[in-house]
Amino acid sequence: MRLMVDRRLVYHFDAVLMLLMLSIIAMGTVSVYSASWDPHSARASAFAWRQAMWATFGAVAAIAMVCFDYRKLERWAYLTYAGGLLLLVAVPLVGSVSNGSRRWLDFGPFSVQPSEMMKLALIVVLARYFHRKMRPEGLRLRDLIVPVLFALPPVILILAQPDLGTAGVFCFVVASMVVLAGPSPRTWATLGGVALCLVPALPYLLSHLKPYQLKRIQTFLNPELDPLGAGYHVIQSKIAIGSGGFSGKGFLHGTQNQLKFLPEQHTDFIFSVFSEEWGFIGSIGLIALYLALMLRGLVVVNRAKERFGALLAFGVLANVFWQAVINLGMTTGLLPVVGITLPFFSYGGSSLVTLMAGLGLVINVNMRRFSPERIPNF
Amino acid sequence: MQLNSREAPNEMRRRLLFSGLGVLGLFSALGLRLYKLQIGEGESWRSLSENNRIRLQRITATRGLIYDRNGEPLVDNRPSFDVVVVPEDTTNLADTIQRVAAYLEADGINVKALLAAARARPPYEGLIIKRDVDWNAVVTLETHQLELPGVSLDVGPLRTYPYGPVGAHLLGYVGEVSEAELGKHPGYRMGDLIGKFGAEKSWETRLRGVPGGQQIEVDALGRKLRVLSRVPQTQGNNMVLTLDRRLQAFTEQLMEPHDGAVVALRPDNGEILTLVSRPSFDPNVFARGIKHDEWRELSNNKTRPLNNRAIQGQYPPGSTFKIVTAAAALEEGAVTPFTRIFCGGGYHFANRTYRCWKKGGHGTVDLHRALVESCDVYFYQVGQRLGVDTIADYANRLGLGVPTGITLDHEKPGLIPTSDWKRARFNEPWFAGETLSVAIGQGYVLATPLQMANLIATVANGGTRYKPHFVRRIDNPAGGVLESVEPEVLGTANLRKSTLLQIREALRDVVNARNGTGKKAKLDTIEVGGKTGTSQVFKMGKQIKTHNLAKHLRDHAWFVAFAPVEAPEIAIAVLIEHAGGGGGAMAAPIAHDVADFYFALTRGRSYQLAGGADSRAEERA
Repeated sequence: MRLMVDRRLVYHFDAVLMLLMLSIIAMGTVSVYSASWDPHSARASAFAWRQAMWATFGAVAAIAMVCFDYRKLERWAYLTYAGGLLLLVAVPLVGSVSNGSRRWLDFGPFSVQPSEMMKLALIVVLARYFHRKMRPEGLRLRDLIVPVLFALPPVILILAQPDLGTAGVFCFVVASMVVLAGPSPRTWATLGGVALCLVPALPYLLSHLKPYQLKRIQTFLNPELDPLGAGYHVIQSKIAIGSGGFSGKGFLHGTQNQLKFLPEQHTDFIFSVFSEEWGFIGSIGLIALYLALMLRGLVVVNRAKERFGALLAFGVLANVFWQAVINLGMTTGLLPVVGITLPFFSYGGSSLVTLMAGLGLVINVNMRRFSPERIPNF
Repeated sequence: MQLNSREAPNEMRRRLLFSGLGVLGLFSALGLRLYKLQIGEGESWRSLSENNRIRLQRITATRGLIYDRNGEPLVDNRPSFDVVVVPEDTTNLADTIQRVAAYLEADGINVKALLAAARARPPYEGLIIKRDVDWNAVVTLETHQLELPGVSLDVGPLRTYPYGPVGAHLLGYVGEVSEAELGKHPGYRMGDLIGKFGAEKSWETRLRGVPGGQQIEVDALGRKLRVLSRVPQTQGNNMVLTLDRRLQAFTEQLMEPHDGAVVALRPDNGEILTLVSRPSFDPNVFARGIKHDEWRELSNNKTRPLNNRAIQGQYPPGSTFKIVTAAAALEEGAVTPFTRIFCGGGYHFANRTYRCWKKGGHGTVDLHRALVESCDVYFYQVGQRLGVDTIADYANRLGLGVPTGITLDHEKPGLIPTSDWKRARFNEPWFAGETLSVAIGQGYVLATPLQMANLIATVANGGTRYKPHFVRRIDNPAGGVLESVEPEVLGTANLRKSTLLQIREALRDVVNARNGTGKKAKLDTIEVGGKTGTSQVFKMGKQIKTHNLAKHLRDHAWFVAFAPVEAPEIAIAVLIEHAGGGGGAMAAPIAHDVADFYFALTRGRSYQLAGGADSRAEERA
């Protein structure tokens, strides 16, 4: 493979996007360190170091994603999708169980979460599909059938793990890409009409379920769901964030975190740890970083050479965005608790590596916006 | 394929602008939320975090009650004072527990186990030190409250079994959920109660209810300030059993001197009226938290009181099995009602003499007399004509060799041998001589008392095999019927009317004829049919006087009965382990008393109680 011989490529490498990502990762790793800090022994467990190691792997993955022309992905789309799906199918067969759900595949010393990789694969496939289907007058309703068919197998497999949150993010990402691809006014009207019909029907349907049936559905979708347990987590998280006040309690001094009141403190509730110790200033700073990352990313989408690149970058960004919004919403008590991590910030190898690889693709799209088109040799 | 790449991003520009605005909007909303939490409400959250005293309390669900068929409560809940400690609120947990133990003067407190349990869960969750302390203890703890920070008294429901050991094997008991059970049952937490045995276990999901909980704010000493939020508990469902408490208690009393089991059920639908297993145990001991030595005593006891002999005890059915052999013989045409066979006290076959229980022999007998007098030689020869696999087929049709499917754990299937079975089990062919033993219910044949009760019920009702069940109805806490259990047909014996008639006639004479072996089961006004059985535990080379034999080698005594013969309402199986006497002498009188008492209950004043049961019945009823 010829590696970036073109000088222009280096020139268009988006350092801003990369620096934004790295600052978030750095802040996250520091918070993971704090979350695993044990005040009694004055030592932290290995989570932070492992996170740093994952970040290194992620950087390698991101560089790999920059090194080839992203348009080649259009040709590899189905292969990527099939590979992702294969891994996902393996989960219920040979995956390992933690906290009552089966989400992981063990590979010797480390384990991976195939749902994260599947997300990227789905984005690639959808980008390819919409790239070909987009038309000036907008997508017809029947153009949406294939994307739904693409999304359905992974969503069902992930629901069965069960991992309601991740399945939800899948749906949000698909919806975002559909919106960018642009449904025709008529499609919009039909979708809106269906939604309008479903909204009043929903309480009617729910009211016809027996309480125990309802409960069964709830526990199927989310086994950790315990009205009291989850409620408890949220109130502890709110105490942590709220008590951080304007300037926070200081690094390693968050009492909520140190006294183990916070659940899942290095993964789902890492923001509460950060927010307690760094206060409103820190939290707003972090949100500003995410906002900057998003807006910069949208600029990339806007400048992309062709629709495939734009759709690809947009899908990756949508994933980061929805995860961030859902996670921040749930830790601040605005949304129900579903197990979604904060992208680039929460502890978790598979998630960090794939997210970084994804951002590598965005940078790739930006870099090659002036490159001659080389792929389509159909 | 239109691939004009230039136009691509332009058409997206507007949508991208909206996306950007959407991103800005949602992040601003989050920013505002953070402003509200950290600046607006920061002070109050800070004070909450400084004395983070939000406790999660579980509100135990009130477990459903269990009633007998007449609405008498068999299992109830009563309030009990439990001593609870919240580890985080104590200065020294071990010290506090020891002090509480000292105040209570209780020996049943295992400090080590409690400390281990405390380590396994969050420090803000309460831990029960002792359930159901008495009033004195309540007063003592109240007066020493200041020395015992973190200790409080909670009122919780305690499972009680007002009749103690009566029906204990069927009702079962509850206990604190174990770690193994926690893994298997989601939704349970450490310290929750769960059904461990009997109906309490097998109907756990209906009885349990849904626990609630509350978040309460407490002060630094662990005292409750206010309730922040609350999810109420949902009561469990109540169960109405088919059991009759009075008959159960009466039968239990009858069986007190013995080890063994009695099952009485309705032949027309499989409803269990009584299920007794002796020796029994008191489930209340489990409900209040069994002490270590109590448990050891129960589980190491040689008589195995925790064993439900009615469904787990597998015994050779002895002569009661002749019902099966007789049915097979008539159906297969191996004999007719007029076939006569000579019994001279033994039968010589393959270089061995197979004895009849009657040394002098029965003379020439037909099927009727062979059943009435329980002639072994007759059935040896019939068995020989049938072959083991044919007998096994009829035994299976009558419900032997397979579990009945009663909703209780650990039911045993018994054993009906076939030639295939023997080859698989021992890698040996079947010997014809073994068929002779099988024909009289010895050898490898094993059956549970419940199976035998169901067998006689099937014969009594004309060949329909119902699934024995003890739950009639599940009621929701409001009193409405949640589900009612309908009789379930497991299969039919597929016997001709004439065969059944022939057998029932013989069984009637077992009890009512002068030469019958089961005369002691005879009632004055109602006709009883039945069959005795005496199963050998020990192969005797020569006759040894029973009282010279060690108890565990003595024979088991069986009696299976149904009444009234013409329109059966009750089927009974009695088994007495190592009775030291035959079925006719030992088991038939028990069946007599059970039937007698049953008709006294159902026929009311118009029924004259016979002999001995008279005074007892009035006492207990």
